[in-house]
This record gives sequence, C-alpha cells and structure tokens, in this order.
Amino acid sequence: MSDTYAPTYETTEGRVHTVMGQDWDSVLGAAEGEHERVVINMGPQHPSTHGVLRLILELDGETVTEARCGIGYLHTGIEKNLEYRTWTQGVTFVTRMDYLSPFFNETAYCLGVEKLLGITDQIPERAKVIRVMMMELNRVSSHLVALATGGMELGALTAMIFGFRERESILDLFELVTGLRMNSAYIRPGGVAQDLPAGAEKQIRDTIMALPRRFKDTADMLVGNSVWMARTSNIGKLDLAGCMALGVTGPVLRATGLPEDLRKTMPYSGYESYEFDVITKDTSDAYGRFLIRLGEMEQSLNIVEQCLDRLQPGAVMVEDKKIAWPAQLSIGSDGQGNSLDHIRHIMGESMEALIHHFKLVTEGFQVPAGQVYSAVESPRGELGVHMVSDGSTKPYRVHYRDPSFTNLQAVAAMCEGGQIADVIAAVASIDPVMGGVDR
Amino acid sequence: MVPAGQKLLEVTQVREGMFGSTDSGDTSGFGGLVTAVPVSTPAVRPFGSYFDVIADELAASLPDFGTSWDKAVEKVVVDRDELTLHIRSSELVAVAQTLRDEPGLRFELCLGVSGVHYPTYEGRELHAVYHFRSVTHARRIRLEVSMPDSNPHVPSIMSVYPTTDWHERETYDFFGIIFDGHPHLTRVLMPDDWQGHPQRKDYPLGGVPVEYKGASIPPPDTRRSYK
Repeated sequence: MSDTYAPTYETTEGRVHTVMGQDWDSVLGAAEGEHERVVINMGPQHPSTHGVLRLILELDGETVTEARCGIGYLHTGIEKNLEYRTWTQGVTFVTRMDYLSPFFNETAYCLGVEKLLGITDQIPERAKVIRVMMMELNRVSSHLVALATGGMELGALTAMIFGFRERESILDLFELVTGLRMNSAYIRPGGVAQDLPAGAEKQIRDTIMALPRRFKDTADMLVGNSVWMARTSNIGKLDLAGCMALGVTGPVLRATGLPEDLRKTMPYSGYESYEFDVITKDTSDAYGRFLIRLGEMEQSLNIVEQCLDRLQPGAVMVEDKKIAWPAQLSIGSDGQGNSLDHIRHIMGESMEALIHHFKLVTEGFQVPAGQVYSAVESPRGELGVHMVSDGSTKPYRVHYRDPSFTNLQAVAAMCEGGQIADVIAAVASIDPVMGGVDR
Repeated sequence: MVPAGQKLLEVTQVREGMFGSTDSGDTSGFGGLVTAVPVSTPAVRPFGSYFDVIADELAASLPDFGTSWDKAVEKVVVDRDELTLHIRSSELVAVAQTLRDEPGLRFELCLGVSGVHYPTYEGRELHAVYHFRSVTHARRIRLEVSMPDSNPHVPSIMSVYPTTDWHERETYDFFGIIFDGHPHLTRVLMPDDWQGHPQRKDYPLGGVPVEYKGASIPPPDTRRSYK
C-alpha cells in the first residue's frame, strides 16, 4: 500500500489518499471506516476538464455535493505586459488570451482604442467588413472546437474528429488571409493589418459552400441521438435568473430562451446591417447549448456570405498617417518580410514617409487620456474591455472581462446535486477557454 | 455636479521625459516633455443620450434605498458617449441595489469590477471601476469608486450581484483592494502564497535581458520609453 508516488498522509482535514490510477479497491480498503465524504481534485491535468481547469468536487457516492473551481494555471500577465508596449503592439498580446477566438479579442481591443482616439467613424468600410467576416469565421471555428472537445469528453470521438477536421478548413482561411492559423494580430487599431490576398474571396466562398454539408454530418450523428441526449439533456441546468445573477452570457444565456446577443442589441462594426437570426432554445440545459452552437455556425456562414457580397475595393486602414501602421508585409523567399515597394518608398522616395515609419514603429501613437468600455459578442458571451489611457503611447490599464471567466462561476450551480459524470457534460457546455479565464 | 465645498484634485500625474513633446516645431519630439494628466472634467446637464434619464431615475429612487443623489454621487462624467458616476464607497451597495431593482433602470447584468492604480493621485490612489448593462433598456453605465492606498477598503456588492465573486477576488489579487463583506476574499489567479499585487504600478514587470546575435535586448520595463 505504500506507494512512493501515491502516498497517504495526514492533514488537519483528515487523511488524504492520493489516487493515481491504481486499483480503486485498495484505496477504498485503506479508507474503510473513515468518513464517507470524499473530496477529489479533478484536474488541472485531466483530459476532460477542457484545459487546465481544476475542479474540486466533494462527493457522496457518485453524487456531487459541492463543486468548486481552481483557476489561474494559465495566468500569463497579459494585462500587465500591455502596459509596457505601444497601443499597436497590444494586439499581439490580446490575441493570445482566448486562443480559440483571437479575432474577437483583437476586435474588442481595437474598438476600444479607436473609441479612445475618436476615430470610430473613420474606419474604412472594407476594413469593417473584413473584421466581421473574420469574426464570424472565427465563431464557426470556435464552436467547432466546443462541439469537438465536448463530444470527446463525453465519449463521442467521431464528433471530435469531424469538428477538428472542419475547423482545419477555416484555419486554412486564416492562414491564407493573415499568415497565421492562430494568434494572428491581424486586426489593428484603425483597420486591419493588410488587405485580403488575391484569390482569398474565392477560397472563402468555396469553403463556406462546402461546410454546411459537413455540419450536417455532425448534426445527423448527434441531434436526437439517444446516447447523446441521455448525456446532455436536462444536464447542467441554469435558468434565466441564475444566468443574470451570475453574469452568464452567450449560448448558455440564450439556452434559457432570452434572445440576447450584442450583435443585435448593441451593434458594432456594422452588424446592424447584416441579416441573421439569434438562435435560442428554452431547455436551459447542455443539449440546448449544443443545438444553439450548431445553429449559430449556420448563421455565421450566412453572415460571411453577406460580407463577401458587399466587399468593395478600398482602403483597409484609416487615412490618418499618424495612426495607420506604415509597414506593408509581403512574402519573401523565407516566407516573411517587408514589402519591397514600401521599402523603396521610405528609403528612396519620401523623407516624411520614413519619419512616420520610424516614429510609429519605435514610439507608437499617443492616445488622448480617458477611459472606455468596448464589448463584442464572442462565441462565449460578452467580451468586454475596460481601457484607460493617460495620454501616452502605451495603455495605462487594460482589463478584459472575459466571458469564460465569468461563466465558469456557474459550475457550482450547474453541478451540485448531480452525478459526477454530468460534471463533464456541464463544464463542456459552458465551453470555457482557460487562456481567456486566466489571461 | 460637484458638491460645494469639495476640492477636486486637478491632475492625476505629471509625466516627464526626453521625447514626446508635441508643442515645439521639432518633429523628432525631443523637447523635454512635461505633461500633466488631468482628472476627468465633471459633466453638466444636459448629459445627452439616455444619460439624463438614468440620472433622473437614479436621483428619484435612491431615497427608497436609503441614500440620496447628493450623498452618493461625487461627480458625473460623460466622455466618449459613456456615462460614469463617481460614487462614494459607503453608498456603493445602495446604488448597485437601486440600479438592479428600480424598474426604470433595470441593470440586470454586472460586468464585473476592474481596478486602476494611480500612484500619484494623492488620497485616491486606487480606483474600482464597475460596468453594468441593462438588457431590458439596452443601456450601459459605469460606476467608479476611489480610495486611498492607506485604506484600500470598499464594500463588496456580491450580495446584490453574485457575479462579482471572482471579479472582486481578481481585483483584490492584482491591486490589493479589500472588498468588505466578500465571503472568501482570496487570490484567484495568482498562487495563494504570492507576495504583492502584480497590477499595481509600483510592482515591477520583471524580465531578463535577451541576447540575440550578440546584441543584448533589455527587458521591456527598462527600455527607453516614449511617453
């Protein structure tokens, strides 16, 4: 019984047994005659906890009597780091927060900076359409991961294979447009980093034409499937009052029947001009949230199509040369590099262009003092940014109100009184991304 | 909106640096920068947008919740189409309760609390900033509470908005603001035994120099900085 790696030791709370995959009977045998109350740590390195989430569960048999979350394992101090970089460099940091929805992090940040600068009206139409298009593609790829990992955690491995396969085709589009599959830092204060490459529109259109049929495969497999229903239907219930009290937004809130979506209720980036439906269900459970994500993916593809239809040639960055990032990128023989046209322009043609380039790249631009709050509807709910400027070239304070962070507080309300196996389904239906939770 | 007899501090900080001055003809920006950062200017009526409606509703209903406009509100700021009410910390819970329960206000969602540290803003070094959204009326409002570094206490609004549980813990974790009445105010993102509060301005960023092709790049907080 004395295992070097799984010792038993005494604490003020009682005897602690470490269980590491050995015979369960031997642990129960050792614990015989002690209290029935068992407190187990699930995670942070558990394959079913959706990332480095630690769940502390108090069990009575297989019933969860108390559930608490331990977070912070992925804290990287992004908000602190932002205070030491220019406003433009900030994009590179925030894109890494919620790594499954980078374009939403970037857009929320850039909308805030633009509001502080007072240039919200000057963002070119093409840049706004590209932003919406990238965000909606991103919503699809994020929901696909939610379905894939959620399916895997409940044993539906085919859902995982399908989800990641479909997501890959969207990441290919990201790579085509931004050069990177994730963490693109593509959306910048004032517009986007660069225009769509040649042929991108056709490839995006081809992909979104092909995707609905593939979504149908996933839907055919899971919607109404008795095993999937048994694992998700009536599981992880949280009603409207619970959502409001706990500040829960996104698919979890819409599963209570409230059509609450910032794209409709407080539109930004021109969302008021797109036609789409807010998907709701009234089951308040994990199955309803699954159906909402399926429905939202379809709506998002619909919006992407509208974006493609209204793309007109034009600038993708504000005209103000004191804000617009000067450098243009092109692909050199090593796969990266500055545009030779731009180099020729600043080195051979225009002294002013050289000065602007040098000053913007080394110093950045100044942002008038003040504070703003900007919010976008991310795949997980309201992603808000509280941003304070003291008038300098660097943010004074940037705080992200990440929906995963807030929604995760609902774990106790969703899981207590249920079975331990249902904890997995409930957490998966919240779809927390720990990069966003811990930042 | 500033009650008579109350003195407002004029600037939160004065910045100095070699570069960044914009008032000289020298385009390099070199010119011995001295910039004072002013506090936000109080707004006067009409506030515009839906802000007057909120102010009227709030002024009318605060007495029902045991406080009053003059007692609770220090200053109203309208900036970049956003309404900020600076609230005295003793009245914060009553104001939050009014925002949530009054039918004309109905701010159902609290979007958490964020801290800001102004080390040179004497007597008001720490700020707790709350954002609220009304789903019913599609409106937003911001409450701001300031407190001195020597006494960083503010009442917890978790009894009104349970969602602020982790948000208050996070703000405590990063700024050392103590939310009185929070049932278990412990660190949430940093390890339990961590020393200090990392988001405060007097807490160093840290970092090591990085060598690349023979040149040494200093850590970000020690590089030459432009204001």
